[in-house]
Amino acid sequence: MIESFFQYEFLQNAAITGILIGIVAPLLGVFIVVRRLSLIADALSHITLTGIAASLLLEKRVSPVSEWNPIYMGMVFSVIGAILIERLRKVYKHYEELAIPIILSGGIGVGVILISLADGFNTDLFSYLFGSVTAVSRDSMWTVLMITTLVVLIVILFYKELFVLSFDEEHASISGVNGRWIHLLFIVMVALVIASSMQVVGILLVSALMTLPVASALRIAKSFKQTIGLSIAFGETSVLVGLFSSYHLSVPPGGTIVVTAILILIMSILYKKVRAQQWIKGEA
Amino acid sequence: MKERTIVKLENVSFKYDREWVVKDVNLEIEKGQFLGLVGPNGSGKSTLIKLMLGLVKPVEGSVQLFGKPLKQYDDWQEIGFVSQKANSFNSGFPATVIEVVKTGLVSRIGAFKFFNKKHKEKAMDALKIVGMEDYAYSNIGELSGGQQQRVFIARALVSDPGLLILDEPTVGVDAKHVTEFYELLARLNKEQGITLLMVTHDIGTITDHATHVVCMNKTVHFHGASEEYKEFSDEDMNQLYGHPVQQLTHNHDHHEVNHYD
Repeated sequence: MIESFFQYEFLQNAAITGILIGIVAPLLGVFIVVRRLSLIADALSHITLTGIAASLLLEKRVSPVSEWNPIYMGMVFSVIGAILIERLRKVYKHYEELAIPIILSGGIGVGVILISLADGFNTDLFSYLFGSVTAVSRDSMWTVLMITTLVVLIVILFYKELFVLSFDEEHASISGVNGRWIHLLFIVMVALVIASSMQVVGILLVSALMTLPVASALRIAKSFKQTIGLSIAFGETSVLVGLFSSYHLSVPPGGTIVVTAILILIMSILYKKVRAQQWIKGEA
Repeated sequence: MKERTIVKLENVSFKYDREWVVKDVNLEIEKGQFLGLVGPNGSGKSTLIKLMLGLVKPVEGSVQLFGKPLKQYDDWQEIGFVSQKANSFNSGFPATVIEVVKTGLVSRIGAFKFFNKKHKEKAMDALKIVGMEDYAYSNIGELSGGQQQRVFIARALVSDPGLLILDEPTVGVDAKHVTEFYELLARLNKEQGITLLMVTHDIGTITDHATHVVCMNKTVHFHGASEEYKEFSDEDMNQLYGHPVQQLTHNHDHHEVNHYD
């Protein structure tokens, strides 16, 4: 893969985009998981699909000659979905989680109609569902680089606000933290990162890259900063090993990335078990 | 308004939906007091605290903090708060004790600025006051209820507040540590000069430690020095609570238990 990397632009695009999302997806994933919002990533990835479908349909109907990059429309839909979830959470104050299946099924429902209107399922769509090492354009790579930079900067700048809001909302409120704005900013970032990640990991598996590395890190880390560091390390390992094996095995990277992340998760659970047993023996 | 008045509530009323939870409360808390706020379940104690902290807005009346109307008040580091819910946080949360204590500085540091070494030292100092400095790098979820409670007090103390508000802080703390806990509060009150407001069920113990007591059931029924409160007759108490009350901790000498034969 190394020689081919310098030879083929598409491999460079996929690898660089992969490295970027390997940082930024688990970074936001930590906050998503500790705030028990894991399913929001799923809902947003499904509504991103609606955006992709809308883009494919518009391309076909409006300008069949030029090629559109569906990632932008995906981002727009994802951000709108994020804002809708927040609205719905207010409507159903006592059933906040209801917002997630509403948006998730709504996204798929509209998406299926749009896909059929755009003449059904083709290879393009398959690569959006499960990821691809060949489909990432240079253009998308730059977009993902911009979003990664923006998200990392915002997280550093608002780290203490995001942390206090995740740990204790009431305390955040009496600390003068404007929870509503920070939360909106956060969920818009999640929407953008999901749309960025989908080309490499695929829509159906994008939430895995946000949650599985965090699930592994939680078994081992003591502090919040450690959790972030380990999550990124695990996410990055999953992406790199996944992309490499995807290229050599000719299977979609979504599958290989998620399987790698699962293997890391199993190892971290076993690690904790072994450590606990050693500790018991040491005590005895 | 006297200069020493830290909190002033004037004719404050509040309702969720239709029923009044807090009605016509007038209350002043003065600097240096250790005030116990007692009352039966659902008497509006926690709501009254939320009103003082601006977490809910009064339907009628006004709240003043340190001489300023609540709307204009923005000096939140002056007020430390240990919530009843502090104990029911997500105990699997991956944070160390020091990381949690540092969040008490968020309002002092302000937006667009970062935690630095000085903040860490402040957090360590606060942990020393509550005797938890050895646990600075432990995971918060691994501590006992009483230890966690101390950490949350350290978080409230780290911004050097003039007023510390505690909502049922002894819930979930085992009896053995409750005495220690009151000693800690007395020290904060006397040595650090911090004004304390503590909501509690434990009527007997609070009168032994607090300088003043407020007894409320939607509205304030008694406000005065603890000594006077001890004179407050059982009959008055029963009327207030709507059923006979045994002041268990108060009357350790003659412990009577009613049997319904």
